[in-house]
Amino acid sequence: MLEILIYILLGIGIFFNVLAGVGLLRFPDVYTRLHAGTKCTTFGSIFICGSVIILGLKMWYQGSTDGSVLAIHTVGALVAILLTNPTGAHAIARAAHKSGVEPVGAVVDSLRKKSTKKTVKKKTEVKE
Amino acid sequence: MIAFIVTTIICFITYLLLTTGSGTMGLWSMEEFLFGFILSLIVGFVTGRIFVKEDFRMLNPVRWLTFIAYAIGPFFIGLAKANIDVAYRVITGKINPGIVKISPDLKTDLGITMLANSITLTPGTLSVDIDEDKNDLYIHWINVNEEALKGGSVDCKYICGNFDKWVRRIAE
Amino acid sequence: MMDFEYLVVLLALLFCVIMAMIRVIRGPTAPDRIVGLDTINTIVIVGMVVFGAAFNEVIYIDVAIVYALLSFISTLFIAKYLEGGDF
Repeated sequence: MLEILIYILLGIGIFFNVLAGVGLLRFPDVYTRLHAGTKCTTFGSIFICGSVIILGLKMWYQGSTDGSVLAIHTVGALVAILLTNPTGAHAIARAAHKSGVEPVGAVVDSLRKKSTKKTVKKKTEVKE
Repeated sequence: MIAFIVTTIICFITYLLLTTGSGTMGLWSMEEFLFGFILSLIVGFVTGRIFVKEDFRMLNPVRWLTFIAYAIGPFFIGLAKANIDVAYRVITGKINPGIVKISPDLKTDLGITMLANSITLTPGTLSVDIDEDKNDLYIHWINVNEEALKGGSVDCKYICGNFDKWVRRIAE
Repeated sequence: MMDFEYLVVLLALLFCVIMAMIRVIRGPTAPDRIVGLDTINTIVIVGMVVFGAAFNEVIYIDVAIVYALLSFISTLFIAKYLEGGDF
């Protein structure tokens, strides 16, 4: 019974990780790629680590000390992923915006108005 | 002094969690206890005043329980919704992006960090930059709602639902 | 000896790494390449956890934790470098 649950969790995790790869290839600019590359890998990692945790708990229940160590350390790895992934995405997005990459097809961009007012004015004048 | 003690205890617990199954005293061996304790003392002495900043409201266990409830309940549901949303957009390729500004009106650093991380992991939004004076967040929104743009500044509820209320309950 | 299901999982993760690697090679700007690199880092961490479960060795997962923290620092550092300004 638990085996089937583990396989289902592994399958969901793999699906979302593959989705992250496809999203990285399909989306048009940095920000949308970050959407795919951050959310999908985090969600997939939760499921794969969850399946390993269930495996460890099952081994622990059957009386092996290795199982508990496996489960606790996997929880540690999961917490590390959950803490670091969104922060890294935030840093990359900020760096991309400061180094001048513009969102493709953006309807509105309030940040650009704030950070580089003068250059924006010049650009719009040239365009008009 | 409280900062030093809190940091040392958190370090020691983390060390013990990472060294389970190493010996015979319970799950640990005597050497691990000693070495971990000395290491935690050093780390607590060096980084105590960076880790805890004159403000001990996170020592209240009620806030930890609220945080756990938040992480399991609304946050996980938001994460699942976000991924189904991203899956839909990966497959169809329909996007309508933009960068908008919201004012969640949070005061503490921890609260704004938690809200920014929650926003990054939930439906269609990604925090890009922060205005450090007013604690305003700039959000990249993958599917801009035209109604939200009408009033000039964007309301919080379109971006983060009721996350800001949860974060206020936890960290403020 | 490795079980069959973990082999399948690791092959699928390898496929993800290859797709992200294509983005790293093709990416028109530097931030694109970093996004690919960040994704590869996360997938490698998950792969190490799966390796640990497959071989029943906890040391792989310890390496995964350390790798997660170090790759986070390297991502932050590259982002700060791209952003410019004082360190």
